Amino acid sequence: MHAPAPGALARFQDAFARALRAPEAAPSAELTELTAQPAFAVYRNTVMKGCIDALQANYPAVTRIVGEEWFRAAAAVYARETPPSDPTLLNYGADFADFLGRFDPAADLPYLPDVARLDRFWTEAHVAPDADRLDPATVAGLAPEALAGIVLVPHASARWAWFEDAPAYTIWSRNRGDGDPGTDMDWRPEGALVVRPRAAVEWAALDAAGCAFLDACAAGRALDEAARRALDADRQADLAAILATLLGAGAFSHARAVQDSQPAKEQP
Amino acid sequence: MVLTAGLSLKPQYFDAALACPAEGLWFEVHPENYMVAGGPRIAWLEAIRSKHAISLHGVALSLAADAEPDPAHLARLAALVRRVEPALVSEHLAWSAWRGAYHPDLLPFPRTSEALVRIVDNISRTQETLKRRIAIENPSHYLAIDGHERDEIDFLAEIARRTGCGLLLDVNNVYVSARNLGYSAEAYLDAFPAGLVMEIHLAGHTADPNLGAALLVDSHDAAVAPEVWALYERLIRRIGPRPTLIERDDNLPDFAALLAEREHADAVLKAPLERAA
Repeated sequence: MHAPAPGALARFQDAFARALRAPEAAPSAELTELTAQPAFAVYRNTVMKGCIDALQANYPAVTRIVGEEWFRAAAAVYARETPPSDPTLLNYGADFADFLGRFDPAADLPYLPDVARLDRFWTEAHVAPDADRLDPATVAGLAPEALAGIVLVPHASARWAWFEDAPAYTIWSRNRGDGDPGTDMDWRPEGALVVRPRAAVEWAALDAAGCAFLDACAAGRALDEAARRALDADRQADLAAILATLLGAGAFSHARAVQDSQPAKEQP
Repeated sequence: MVLTAGLSLKPQYFDAALACPAEGLWFEVHPENYMVAGGPRIAWLEAIRSKHAISLHGVALSLAADAEPDPAHLARLAALVRRVEPALVSEHLAWSAWRGAYHPDLLPFPRTSEALVRIVDNISRTQETLKRRIAIENPSHYLAIDGHERDEIDFLAEIARRTGCGLLLDVNNVYVSARNLGYSAEAYLDAFPAGLVMEIHLAGHTADPNLGAALLVDSHDAAVAPEVWALYERLIRRIGPRPTLIERDDNLPDFAALLAEREHADAVLKAPLERAA
């Protein structure tokens, strides 16, 4: 944003913005007559409601787990710390998962930040650029010696992560819709792939080897190297099954020869 | 096609909106919700656009901030305008983005000559970038602000004179502001420059939970109030039909309820035409 001229309008806007952020009880040293009017609260409330509504829309599984009242209270704390910088509020709260990780009242729910990461993956996949998905038949048709040297390029909408401490994917996927979140759960590490290969966002469980494989693909490694890294993550890994799962899920947009110097997408 | 009465378009309504056959029906969206690289949102909007006219009603250019509109945001808006070729593009006489922070609201300011120069420059910049005329909306007022050098109608008319922009007259905002600040909504509407009105907004308001009817809030979460319908009929009798939006952003009813309000507006719009015929 360009620097404003140091005029009366800029001074008014500086003072107004400060008063919006100030706690309700604190009298404003500037704009005293304005902020003393009870109606000033309309602006304060509308701004805060806009931020909280946006976070609630962007984090539906987190909201469902903690309940609306708890979520909105937490979102208000976040919004005071981190007001939106982008008017496209779909993008608001990109680091909400990190906030939950250091938010004391959430300490009893250590999996909550990872559930928030998966909600964020969903939004990022939802708004990602449109791209074709790699047809599994293209890969199946390649000769084995050609196969080793190709790079599978992750789909622009693909997001994946390995969650070491909790079955965050199971918790998230059971709370993403209106279904029964259930109580039975095998408490173990899990990974997840969230991707939009067609019109809608889809998701699937992913094992540690699958995550390592995708990390390697995103770093521009050829298929043989990606396979080695998958085996490093899990020596029992079934590479054919991993490749079939990822191709079936639409995790890739295209394949390219390894010598092509197309820049590889880094996983954020 | 002549735009008659239109509706705010929310994702919940996409299927019903796409199928709705009402003549002259159009839909308005906040462009900020469609500034995406790809995916179903923009695909939905393009599907609606293939059947109905679209209006882009921005909330974030922050034209009354003492700063140029964010060039990146303006570029995204221009890209969306090229993509959906809207029938109307509008913004507010207000500010929301300031020094890198976005406040999701339409904030007030003293209507000074300094503000006028800045807003004129910002609107001109916007119209040049979008390569089209935009309409500027009168905001809702809650605060008595010292330091206004011009009344709102004079200020809006002068902006239009200097930039060539049109105006979006929000009748509910006039009603809410007149009640909150203690002036006559009828007198305001009677003085509003008819030739500049490109679009009209109608929406619901609510009484403030703490202050009651002493403070009306432009909440867009209820049906249009009878008093606002009466003002609208008075306005249309004077200025003739203009594209009119039933604006609803919260506490969303089913599509049929909005369509009934839309038909009410449509009937008002057709009344003076019938008399003239």
